Amino acid sequence: MLDDFFVRALIAGLGVALVTGPLGCFVVWRRLSYFGDTLSHSALLGVTLAYSFEFNIALSVFIISSVIALILIQLQKKTNLPGDALLGLLAHSSLAVGLVVIGFLTFIRFDIMGLLFGDILAVTTKDIFIIWTGGAVILIVLKLIWKPLFASTVNYELAEAEGLNPDRAKAIFTILMAAVIAISIKMVGLLLITGMLIIPAAMARNISDSPQKMVLFSVIGGLLSVLLGLFSSLEFNTSSGPSIIMAALVLFILSLLNIKQSIKLKN
Amino acid sequence: MSLENSTLVKLNNAGFKQNNKWLVEGVSLTVEKGKIVTLIGPNGSGKSTTAKIALGIYKNIEGSVEKYTNKVGYVPQKISIDWTLPLRVYDFMLLTEDIKDEAIDEALTLTGVMHLKNKNLGNLSGGEFQRVLIARAISKKPELLVLDEPVQGVDYTGEIALYELIKKISDTLNCGILLISHDLHTVMTATDHVVCLNGHVCCSGSPIDVAKNNEYKTLFGEQASQILTVYEHKHDHVHSDEGQIKKN
Repeated sequence: MLDDFFVRALIAGLGVALVTGPLGCFVVWRRLSYFGDTLSHSALLGVTLAYSFEFNIALSVFIISSVIALILIQLQKKTNLPGDALLGLLAHSSLAVGLVVIGFLTFIRFDIMGLLFGDILAVTTKDIFIIWTGGAVILIVLKLIWKPLFASTVNYELAEAEGLNPDRAKAIFTILMAAVIAISIKMVGLLLITGMLIIPAAMARNISDSPQKMVLFSVIGGLLSVLLGLFSSLEFNTSSGPSIIMAALVLFILSLLNIKQSIKLKN
Repeated sequence: MSLENSTLVKLNNAGFKQNNKWLVEGVSLTVEKGKIVTLIGPNGSGKSTTAKIALGIYKNIEGSVEKYTNKVGYVPQKISIDWTLPLRVYDFMLLTEDIKDEAIDEALTLTGVMHLKNKNLGNLSGGEFQRVLIARAISKKPELLVLDEPVQGVDYTGEIALYELIKKISDTLNCGILLISHDLHTVMTATDHVVCLNGHVCCSGSPIDVAKNNEYKTLFGEQASQILTVYEHKHDHVHSDEGQIKKN
């Protein structure tokens, strides 16, 4: 069954959606969407380095994204520039460096479109293994730091005062962000990973009244987006990433209709 | 009970500096089990800062803090909660610790907001939210309770009831309370130890001692020291220097 490229893509995509659902909620809650963008843009550099040194792509992306996150934290401490300017600086410069390095690697054939927007034809059995084991580790770690991370998202001082060590939870969460980008890059493509994190979570926010429900709906929304997106990608021969994100967008629009209805009901 | 066992938090000559400006300095105080220590002082005198030093929120401090408990309940003076989070009162009660449903219901009932349990936190009024904050802090059955102006925005009758509740909690749970309050009536009648701050410790001691202190009178005016005399008429006990109750 795993011989079929589409089945491989489905299994990989559903694995990605299981992880981006809960993480995406924190990205929305903590206002980290541009942080996610910066990390995923820097992933291109990770990919090129992986090709140059014949290194595992996911691992290389994970390392580069983590380094970029560390640089960001240092820059925030040492400069007076606002956060969004620093994020833009890192996102675009790491993307530029990545593209320049690709220019030098003339001896390797690159599928740039596949890198930027995802390529379901490229998903191997090894990728599935990386996505599902990596994803399981990410979810277990997230479960372990849930309490301090969530409490400090609501209010940092309460979490700190009542002994939850929010700084450690935040640092671990940053590493999880780098990891989720590393495992989802092949499916969604580096330009659209943040969309996979944010759009199902945003959809879920519209129809949830508690954090647990929002996580649940975000996961369901992500899974549905992958299913719908991949089938339409196969049907219309479009890139997998944009198709998945478009499906997520459709779900988001439907969730807006739901809000209108509930407002009408209240009145 | 020996002193070592009953001490919950101890500040030794503690201070905190931000942007080269002292927010507060040279504060020494001890909160013990079953005792209420109150911080009073004008705006900007470092009351909240002192509470945050005691809680360990500020890290780079002068002096030292010895904290002997991790079971802490905190009601901050200001709290900004981001409404991008879907959060019901119930979820908020479980924020820092998984507590049993009965404990949640009990705390919400004590503060008079049980009917709001499944309401969204963003839809509460200021006073309702304040009651929820207190309920959350006490539902954990903490050993140390830090209350930074806990009844702000609460209606007058509610204010009195909540202060009575706080006093009751200190007795029943035998927890130590660090209270910040502008309500001198409460401070002078319900607390064991008063610390009067104005960037540093102006004076401290039992409510009676502090009320007689000249620095207290300059800070709060002559009238403030008379609050106590007014109150003494209707009271059947006084507090000794150690904060113990002595029958008249």
